[in-house]
Amino acid sequence: MTTEHVDIRSIRSRRTLWQNTIRLLKSAPLSAKFGMAVIAFYFFCALFAPLIAPFGESEIVGKAYQAPSAAHWFGLDQIGRDTLSRVLFGARNTIGIALLTVCISFSIGGVLGIYTAVTRGWLDQLFSRIVDIFMSIPVLIFALMLLAMAGKSVWNLIFILAVLDSTRVFRLARNTALSVAVQDFVEAARLRGEKLPWIVVREIVPNILPLLIAEFGLRFSFVFLTIAALSFLGVGIQPPTADWGSMVAESKTLITFGRPQPLIPAAAIALLTVAVNFVVDWFLQKTSGLRDDQ
Amino acid sequence: MTNDKKRIRGEALVEIRGLKIEGYSDDKWHPIIKGVDLSLKRGEVVGLIGESGAGKSTLGLAAMGYTKPGCRISAGTVTFDGKDLVNASQEDLRKMWGSQISYVAQSASASFNPAHRIMEQVVESATNHGVMNRQTAEKDAKDLFKRLQLPNPDTIGERYPHQVSGGQLQRAMTAMAMSSRPDLIVFDEPTTALDVTTQVEVLAAMRRIVDEFDTAAIYITHDLAVVAQMAHRIMVLRYGNLVEQADTRTMLKAPTQDYTKSLWAVRKLEKKESKSEDIILSIANVDASYSGVVKVLDNVTVNIPRGRTVAVVGESGSGKSTLARAITGLLPPSKGRITFNGKELPPKLADRDRDTLRRIQMIYQSADTALNPRQTVRDIVGRPVEFYMGLKGAAKDRRIVELLEAIELGEDFIDRYPGEVSGGQKQRISIARALAAEPELIICDEVTSALDQIVQEEILKLLMKLQKETQVTYLFITHDIATVRAISDEIVVMYKGKVVQQGLKSQVLNPPYPPYTELLLSSVPQMDPDWLTTLLKKRSAA
Repeated sequence: MTTEHVDIRSIRSRRTLWQNTIRLLKSAPLSAKFGMAVIAFYFFCALFAPLIAPFGESEIVGKAYQAPSAAHWFGLDQIGRDTLSRVLFGARNTIGIALLTVCISFSIGGVLGIYTAVTRGWLDQLFSRIVDIFMSIPVLIFALMLLAMAGKSVWNLIFILAVLDSTRVFRLARNTALSVAVQDFVEAARLRGEKLPWIVVREIVPNILPLLIAEFGLRFSFVFLTIAALSFLGVGIQPPTADWGSMVAESKTLITFGRPQPLIPAAAIALLTVAVNFVVDWFLQKTSGLRDDQ
Repeated sequence: MTNDKKRIRGEALVEIRGLKIEGYSDDKWHPIIKGVDLSLKRGEVVGLIGESGAGKSTLGLAAMGYTKPGCRISAGTVTFDGKDLVNASQEDLRKMWGSQISYVAQSASASFNPAHRIMEQVVESATNHGVMNRQTAEKDAKDLFKRLQLPNPDTIGERYPHQVSGGQLQRAMTAMAMSSRPDLIVFDEPTTALDVTTQVEVLAAMRRIVDEFDTAAIYITHDLAVVAQMAHRIMVLRYGNLVEQADTRTMLKAPTQDYTKSLWAVRKLEKKESKSEDIILSIANVDASYSGVVKVLDNVTVNIPRGRTVAVVGESGSGKSTLARAITGLLPPSKGRITFNGKELPPKLADRDRDTLRRIQMIYQSADTALNPRQTVRDIVGRPVEFYMGLKGAAKDRRIVELLEAIELGEDFIDRYPGEVSGGQKQRISIARALAAEPELIICDEVTSALDQIVQEEILKLLMKLQKETQVTYLFITHDIATVRAISDEIVVMYKGKVVQQGLKSQVLNPPYPPYTELLLSSVPQMDPDWLTTLLKKRSAA
């Protein structure tokens, strides 16, 4: 702010989006690189599970509870299915369902949150109070109850979790959008005569997008863990569909015999959650300007 | 007083030699202070002045042995009362802070804890450092409140920070700093956030108490006239270097460096007033309120002549910004009418058509929040061009470049984001956005108050040039009388939602004054070091 005519161009030359992305990825700390590698690996497994899995998803290939061997690296489960293949197919189901759930929850919570932040009024009050009520009930218990009422099916699971999760997205979207909506540049747009959609899409969303993207990652972790927990409890993804949560539940007794089988899907769950968190941490720090030393 | 130990004028208290401070950003260390010496004797007040980014606050804090997070002292020494502060342990520094050295920050309301009573916070440092026990400390605080001329000194300490005014809180903070009778107080822009009429009282109180206790002080400000009242000696800083230093009177009379002279010169800009009978905007008997209870505008009648600049002055809370909101339609008036170009303006924003909106534009105080950080200059300036004029593609780009040239920025600014330009340039871009609509009236809401003096002058000059070229009318809201003098044709003085006076500049700024105008004008600090003394004498005589 000291001099009027500093030539900034000479300091920061323009780069293409691609160059910027490469540069950004190179500057990422080790934890974020690790996280991104793990996520990429998981998505690869999820997409190509039928090609890389040695056996079918619910194919019975031997005796129950067979120990790990050269043909079956992770051994066989309680009815003789190959655990490695189940883990690979499980990636597909668990990640796919979690991703779909989060997308739906962001569509509901994000749109309503931004809309109420900009318009305020009674609708804002109504939605905010409904969200308060929803958030006062623990998600897992609420989901268990609703699933018991609606019946166990994948679509019920997705829909119920999406609605419950959208309350949290609503809060974040509403609060961040509100802090942008009171800025002078939004008032300037209103004074110019801009319509609501333009104000939302051009003035508000670009300013809250980084936070929403980071939240998307975090919510994905939470939904993913909730699905695993529900499956473990037997109300989530139903057999014979492979899923990490139910795989832990099915093989949990093996732990008392010193067998590592239940740990494999559990580790798969833990690793992905940690990886997503690493990436989100880095992304938040990058975009929000948060620094550890402040 | 209680402990007058070794307060002898003339003995050196603070010695800073060859100080260099660096700040960490963008993965690099950048110099903030580039080798500055400072020495301060007991009982002496030194003023540090300079623009933002000159390093005045950093230097002031360094005299306490403190650096902000992300900064480090890379060279030089800081000696306080014979002790080396650069290498002192945190424990030793903490013992000194609040007992031997204290700090008064710019915003008292942000520095007081809203959950505790004022008294608890004022006596805290004195009791914690064991200077005195609680009872004595409270008695002493009441004495300080009295000396600082706070109303009801015996009971004001029972209040919470939000229950007193900004000026009173700033004085309470001075009492807090003084409670342990420090050898040194660092004042960091303590009156910048206050209204001029309040500022006078706070300045007088601070000066008296520092003098009475023979406390050495470092007074940091960007306001020359203020520092002239407070300091024995002035140091001018720029880009982390010392430009020059001299005792106050010498410095005011005969600055030697060009930069210092340029700071002095800013005060001399003045537009010749001219009268006009052609009224573009007429506000008649307008009332407005936020909750429907308290009137923020009370029967306001103002006429704005075409092609002229009307300055609206008043303290915070006088209703000047509310007036702007009523004109723009953001806050429809509860009574009265506003006529623009002979036609009544619909009170609500939503009822105005696009062409009416185009004719009235607004420029904001803070360009940081008035420009969307995620849009480039092309988007920001181009949108009104497209929205009102219907220009697209190459024609739109040509118009944007024209506008950038009109505000004296080149076309290479077109793809920059607001975060990539300086504060003054941001304000220029705000002006370009308003100009893009080819308006007849521009409402300028404190557009220069967040800027450094030299940049302020450039912006004011630009606004005057644009008025000459386009015959645009300005409604200029400000609390700064120097700005009013510089740019206005007519002046409207507001106080508590009412119009006190409207008239040509020469009428309003010259006697006879209505009482409030006189109070306001006489409270504006002058470059004369005796101004405050004379004013206080005059007021106590009256």
